[in-house]
Amino acid sequence: MTPLSALAQPSRVGLGRMMLALALGVAVLGVALLVGPAGLEMGEVLAALVDRLPLVEVENSLTERELTILWEIRMPRTVMGALVGATLASAGAAYQGVFRNPLADPYLLGVAAGAGLGATVAILLRARGFSSLPLAPLAFAGAVVGVALSYGLSRTRGRDRRSSTTLVLAGVAVASFLTAVQTFLQLTNVTTLREVYSWILGRLVTVGWNDLYAVLPYMVVSWLVLLIFRRALDVMTVGDDEASTLGLSPRMVRLIVVSAATLGAAAAVSASGLIAFVGIIVPHTVRLLAGWSYRVIIPLSLVMGGAFLAAADVVARTVVSPAELPIGVVTAFLGGPFFLMVLRTSGDLE
Amino acid sequence: MYTHPRYAGGKWLLALALWAWVLGACGGGESSVAGSSAATQASPTTAAPATSAAPTTTEAAVAATQATTTTGAPSAFPVEVQDSLGTVTIAARPERIVSLSGSLTEMLFAIDAGPQVVAVDSYSYYPPEAPLTDLSGFSPNIEAITAFDPDLVVFSYDPGDLMSSLRALGIPALIMLAAGSLDDVWDQIEQLGIVTGQVEEAARLVVSMQGDLQEILADLPDASYTYYYELDQNLYSVTSATFVGRVLGLLGLENIADPADEQGYGYPQLSSEYIIDVDPDLIFLADTLCCGQNQDTVAERPGWSGLTAVANGAVVELDDDIASRWGPRIVDLLEVVADAVAELSAQS
Repeated sequence: MTPLSALAQPSRVGLGRMMLALALGVAVLGVALLVGPAGLEMGEVLAALVDRLPLVEVENSLTERELTILWEIRMPRTVMGALVGATLASAGAAYQGVFRNPLADPYLLGVAAGAGLGATVAILLRARGFSSLPLAPLAFAGAVVGVALSYGLSRTRGRDRRSSTTLVLAGVAVASFLTAVQTFLQLTNVTTLREVYSWILGRLVTVGWNDLYAVLPYMVVSWLVLLIFRRALDVMTVGDDEASTLGLSPRMVRLIVVSAATLGAAAAVSASGLIAFVGIIVPHTVRLLAGWSYRVIIPLSLVMGGAFLAAADVVARTVVSPAELPIGVVTAFLGGPFFLMVLRTSGDLE
Repeated sequence: MYTHPRYAGGKWLLALALWAWVLGACGGGESSVAGSSAATQASPTTAAPATSAAPTTTEAAVAATQATTTTGAPSAFPVEVQDSLGTVTIAARPERIVSLSGSLTEMLFAIDAGPQVVAVDSYSYYPPEAPLTDLSGFSPNIEAITAFDPDLVVFSYDPGDLMSSLRALGIPALIMLAAGSLDDVWDQIEQLGIVTGQVEEAARLVVSMQGDLQEILADLPDASYTYYYELDQNLYSVTSATFVGRVLGLLGLENIADPADEQGYGYPQLSSEYIIDVDPDLIFLADTLCCGQNQDTVAERPGWSGLTAVANGAVVELDDDIASRWGPRIVDLLEVVADAVAELSAQS
């Protein structure tokens, strides 16, 4: 049996494509920082941004309040959007590969339901006197517990019978159960109903640097593991039995990849609430544009996911400015037609 | 909490509607403290339409209402009343009222019709003597309601078939939608007075509320301030087109959420950087109970510590319940707001 590390060899992504994607990502981030409802002078913002580069001194005429808006509001929000997008897209791609299911998304195995329950419990405990209890860690823990339950319960029929199908089905059952518990808690504690909804509806609107630092380490670990295992994901696409004959332990790969993707998705959910669509649309678009190898799909999904969500967030905060659109609405509204266009011009998914 | 916190598993739009505070809030015309509805159909049996030249002074309002009351005598049933759908005839004085609306419950108790109330929904926890039950105002269960053997059911939200079910069972029912203006409030109090036989008490309540409001307005410093009104910590707000927005507008306050709502929906979500850019004079928190927000949590938000309102201590913690209802305690809300305005004005 080949050790797993042998599968973790770096492989070529296609430097040109990667550079193009990165350039797109940087462009989106630039636009995201330049525009916003506060209407800061773009030239001055640009000067302030360039000034932050090492060894460069550029004067700008932004007031203290405008600088606060740029560095404390716009910047962390933009960066968080990009991080969440990158994490959800790469986790979605990984789930699709490991389950060989094009409809798999980062919330598949109870991440969303677990995070929702964790957040609800945190909010209830806060209302009961634990007022300084932070919400994100409990949401994060809930997401991890949700997936752990799904994974653990899918074993009960015996090691040999555990397939990706049983795992997905266990995930569906666990998610339904956790959602039911959450709904019950919510309905029996009506005074906290609103805050639970607030959380579910998403939090990019109020994100700050501290929120970002709290989730960044988990996201980075998730990205690194998925990048390392992108070649193993290619082997997994041929099927469990075939993968075994190629010297790969499908169960081991699945455990590691699912753990890493879950870690990232849980961090993303705890920071931003539920943002649907990114985890499905971005990896499939990458597939249609750049081919079927996970060696390409994982890194490109990371970059494109970040660019896509950052762009969606720009739309969310500018189209009806100074009001906000829910970002999930924007991702679906932009992503749906774009994906269909790619689908029609690039042939089918088989 | 909302009068009818609405919940149905995982429906985002419904959740949005929740902020909306609404239950089908009707438009409503211009608000005025002493509204045109003070002389509504208080006359029993024959619904004498309100005179179009309505009294605008409180004295006239009292006179008008009392006149009809005295001619009407105590045992004047049947009566005709107006609810949000039209005219309803009530045959006898109800003694077993079920209220499914927190605001209507507060009105009923404020006009001394409390003894006639046998059950209120799970959010009607004010006043404390109200007979709280687990009845739901959001998803009313007709069987649970009939178990109280009501001879009148009042509510502010009909998910679809509540009114028709009650009618089919022959149970008198009134729907009074969320008020769009103060006029709607006076109107609903007076109609509840007619239907419960508490006409005089209702007129007295309206007059006293109007008097209180005029007093608040008279004492108001001559200053104009901008305000941001927060429904939750995701920065959902209200515009001047909403009931609470109109009421705060009476105090001469300017709402910073208005430019964010071109469609007139009334409950936009604002951008954090917009609020910081505009830097409102006053911040009202209507999410203290639901979401644990207060002056400190606001000051801790990224970028908010430098806001003028934070620096001046002009972050006002409201009671979510009072702020989201259109009952008698609207006076309390305005008092808190007026105090904040006065304090701010004294600083400068």
